Amino acid sequence: MSSGGGSQRLPVIVTIILSLMLMVVPLPDWAVPFRPDWVAITLIYWAMMTPRTWSVGSAWIVGLLLDVAQGTIFGQHALALCFIVFITVRFHLLMRVFPMQQLTATVFAILALYQFILFWINGVAGIDVPAVTYWGPVITGTLFWPVATGLLSGVRSWTQLGR
Amino acid sequence: MVASRSSNSNPARIPALVARVVLLVIASILLMVLDHRQNHLDAVRRTLGTAVYPIQIVVDAPFRLWAWMREAATNRNELQLQVSRLQAERLLTNARLQRLSALESENARLRDLLEARTHVRDEVRVAEIMAVEANPYSHSIVINVGKREGAYDGQAIVDAAGVIGQVIETGLSTSQAMLISDPSHSLPVEINRNGLRTIANGTGEFGRLVLPFITNNADIRPGDLLVTSGLGGAFPAGYPVAVIDTVNRIPQEPFADVSATPSAKLDQVREVMLIWSSKETTDE
Repeated sequence: MSSGGGSQRLPVIVTIILSLMLMVVPLPDWAVPFRPDWVAITLIYWAMMTPRTWSVGSAWIVGLLLDVAQGTIFGQHALALCFIVFITVRFHLLMRVFPMQQLTATVFAILALYQFILFWINGVAGIDVPAVTYWGPVITGTLFWPVATGLLSGVRSWTQLGR
Repeated sequence: MVASRSSNSNPARIPALVARVVLLVIASILLMVLDHRQNHLDAVRRTLGTAVYPIQIVVDAPFRLWAWMREAATNRNELQLQVSRLQAERLLTNARLQRLSALESENARLRDLLEARTHVRDEVRVAEIMAVEANPYSHSIVINVGKREGAYDGQAIVDAAGVIGQVIETGLSTSQAMLISDPSHSLPVEINRNGLRTIANGTGEFGRLVLPFITNNADIRPGDLLVTSGLGGAFPAGYPVAVIDTVNRIPQEPFADVSATPSAKLDQVREVMLIWSSKETTDE
């Protein structure tokens, strides 16, 4: 993987940029609390499939960009993404052989953990948020996971076939 | 950095994973403390903000294109209707403006009599909203005016109907602004009718502000207009903020339960105005 690393990075970077764009696209008011964590989903997928190239370091940098784009506390998303990617990398071999239902359940747990870290940091920082609003992204994120993972594996196999 | 060491025989082991996570977590906590407690990282944020700026432009492009196409596709009939409506409006506004200029000169004369300093007219600049971040716990917008145009932290933002918010972070050519409906936003206001001073807090809903420090016997009633009092220093005095909605006096509590509706349609604006108040520009 190290020899083809440079050229294989581009499609991953493109999907990460796309997921960042999905995070800032304006949505109607009612839909905003249900915006899935596209960046988290994308990073979980790549960490699961290519844990050597896409691991905690890149997740941390993407998290910083997300913090700037969303105007949250600098380092909040960086910490949360870094941690869930760490969990994913730790269990990536196991997750790869999971059937889809089980994998989706695992992703649900990871996304819930992600939101919990964000919630916890907000709490420490004294930003008051109704706890209910954290569940929206977890639920929609889990629902979108099979679709997103299908698209991402499409990207992966397509870029590997082309070589 | 990892790929270079991939000759490791066991594929399941990622070298020094735990160590790196611990390092990065500590780094994030350090960043958060520096950012949240002391605001030391404004320069870093600004630099990274420039990197994210193209993403915002690309996301915004389809909406601009759609608005442009809709404008281009408006037919002649509609345009004529619009023109006649605008002309009627202009006539009305002009009439009001004449009265206003008369009042303004009268006001200046009276102030001269009182030997008070004349209020210099505030300088404004129109900015467009590029992105809206509105989850229940933070209401903020990104506008296309930044340091290059002279925007500064704490600058007041209004629209035609009333106060919208204030700039909290300036980038090179964009700024982030907090809306008055943000739950962490407080605004010093006064009641236009009798000058009663108080604070209006955001709630996380676009259509509602609360006034937590109104005593039960205060002279306040639904329909009262709240204007900025100018006391906090950030906002120039006299801009309309909100209209009192409900006043619920609770006998056993020290303060009444008062809520107000913002005058500006916070969730519908597309263009806003930045204000350089005369005092602030000399400070900068």
